[in-house]
Amino acid sequence: MRAEAHPDPLLVVEDLTVSYHRVPAIHHLSFSLGRGHCTGIFGPNGAGKSTLLKSIAGLLEPETGRILIGRRELRKAAPLIAYLPQRESVDWDFPVTVRGLVEMGRYHHVGLLRPFSIKDVAAVEESLALFNLADLAARQIKELSGGQQQRAFLARAWAQEADLYLLDEPFAGLDRGSSANLAGALRTLASRGKLLLVSHHALSEAIDLFDTAILLNGEMVSCGPTPEALSPRNLECAYGTAVYSGHHHHDHR
Amino acid sequence: MSAPGLLHNLTEPFSYAFMQRALLSCAMIGFTNGFLGTFVILRRQALLTDALSHSLLPGLAVAAILVGLSPGGLLLGGLLAALLVALGGQLIARNSRLKDETAVAALYIIAFALGILLLRYARVKVDLVHFLFGNILGVGNGDLLISYGAAVLTFGILVPFQRPVLLTLFDTSVARASGIRTGWVEAGLLALIVLALVASLQAVGVLLSLGLLILPAATAYLLTDSFSRMLWGSALLGLSGAVIGLLLSFVANIPSGPSIVLVLALFLGVAYLFSPHYGILIRLFRGRHLHEESLRRWTGHEGHDHDLPGKN
Repeated sequence: MRAEAHPDPLLVVEDLTVSYHRVPAIHHLSFSLGRGHCTGIFGPNGAGKSTLLKSIAGLLEPETGRILIGRRELRKAAPLIAYLPQRESVDWDFPVTVRGLVEMGRYHHVGLLRPFSIKDVAAVEESLALFNLADLAARQIKELSGGQQQRAFLARAWAQEADLYLLDEPFAGLDRGSSANLAGALRTLASRGKLLLVSHHALSEAIDLFDTAILLNGEMVSCGPTPEALSPRNLECAYGTAVYSGHHHHDHR
Repeated sequence: MSAPGLLHNLTEPFSYAFMQRALLSCAMIGFTNGFLGTFVILRRQALLTDALSHSLLPGLAVAAILVGLSPGGLLLGGLLAALLVALGGQLIARNSRLKDETAVAALYIIAFALGILLLRYARVKVDLVHFLFGNILGVGNGDLLISYGAAVLTFGILVPFQRPVLLTLFDTSVARASGIRTGWVEAGLLALIVLALVASLQAVGVLLSLGLLILPAATAYLLTDSFSRMLWGSALLGLSGAVIGLLLSFVANIPSGPSIVLVLALFLGVAYLFSPHYGILIRLFRGRHLHEESLRRWTGHEGHDHDLPGKN
C-alpha cells in the first residue's frame, strides 16, 4: 500500500532502511506527513517502531534513503526536532527541577554563555502554563506523577520551539487519568500546528488518540487516516506475518 | 589548653613555607576535584574513576624509570596510562562479549600489577605509598603549577560549555538528537578527570584524590535539586574539607590524606542524616505527612486528582 504524498509536508521519509548488524529493522519506508497531525506508529514487537523514531531523531544512520524536515536535511534540522525518550532511559534522580528541565529547551536559542533574555524567560513561562505545570515548577522531576513527567518533557520541547515531536511509548505505564491528560496535551500540540509521531502498542484507543496512523511490520504496511490505516485487512497483514530478523530469531530493541 | 596556645596552634601552620604551599595546593585541588566530582556522580562513574586512578600506576612507573620524579613526566605518564585503559576498555567491550565494566576492571588490575612490578626498576627509590596516598608536605612549585594548570583547564572548559555538558549528562541520546557532539563531551570529561587525578598525585595521592572527587559531590547531591548549585556547592565543600583536613592533620599530628578524607566523610554523613530533603531523618517524618495527603484524597479535598506524586 502506498502512502499519499502530502502537499506541503513537514516530514519526508524516502526509501529509509536501517539495520542493526546487517539485519534490516525497517525496510525501504517512504511517507510524508504535514503539520497539525497526531500520528500513531503501530506494529508488533520488533516491527521497527522505535527504530523509525530514532532514525528521524538522527540517532541511527540510515543504510538507504533520506529524511527531510521542512525541506532541510536532518543534520541541519536538529533544533526543530524534539525526541522524548522512553521513561526508563531518564535519570529521574537528576538534580533538576521542572523549570530547569524546561529551561534546557532554550539552551539552543540562548547559546553557550549568554544569560536568559526576557524572551527566553517568557518562553519558559509560557511552556509551563501551557502544560499546567506552573504550580509544579519548583519540584524535582521525580516528585511528579507519570503524566506530569511526560508533560514536563513536552513543555521542554515547546520551549525549544520544536515542530516535530517524537515520542517513544509515552503512554506506557500511565494510569487512565494520566493517559487522558497526556492525550489532551498531544491534541493541544497538534491543534497548534505541531507534528507528533508517537509509537504505541495498544490498538484499542488508536482512533481516539491519533488522527493518522503508520502501521509497520519491518515494512510499511499502511499510512494514512487512522480508520483506513488500521483496517482489519491491514492489521491482519501486519500482525499475521512473522517479523524478519535474520537467520535466527532474536529480539531487536 | 590556654586561649593564646590554641590561637598559636591555629596560626602556626601558616608561618611555614611548606605549609603555605600545602594549603594552597589542597585548596586548589579540593575546589577543582569537588567541581569535577559532580560530573562523575551524575554519570555514575565513581567506580570507573576508581579504576582509572589505579591504572595511573604503570604510567607513573615508566615515567619514573625514564625521567625520574619530575612532575611533568609523571603527569604525561599517568595521563597516557589512564587513557589507554579507558579507551582499551571501550575497544574490548565493543569487539567482544565482555561488558565495558568487566573490560575496564580487567585492564586496570592488569595495569596496577604491571605498575607495581615496574616501580622496582625505577632509577630513583620510589615508595608505592607515596603515589597512592601522596605527600602533601613535599609539594613543590612544579606540583603547584600543575594543579593550577588543571584548575584553569577544568574551569576554562567546563564553565563555558556547561549547557551542552548538562544536556549530555541528563540524557545522552536526546542531546545527540539536538545536535550536540556527545562523544566529544564524554571524552573531554574523562580527560579532565584523569588530569585531576594526576594533578592531585603529590598532594593526596591517586586513591585519596578519588575521595575528593566523590565525597563532596555525593554530599552536594543530597542537599540540592539544582545542577549549578550542586557544581559549585561540591567545589566549596571540597575546598573546605581539604583545608580543614590539612589543618587538623597538622594540629593533631595525623597523616593528612586520611584526615582530609575523613573530614569530607563527616560532611557526607551529616548530609545523609540531616539533609532537609533527602536526609534519612526527614524521610521518617515525611512518611506520616504523605499518609495524611493520601487520606485527604478520600475525604474529597483534592477531588479526582490522578496526578498525586507516585513515590516519595
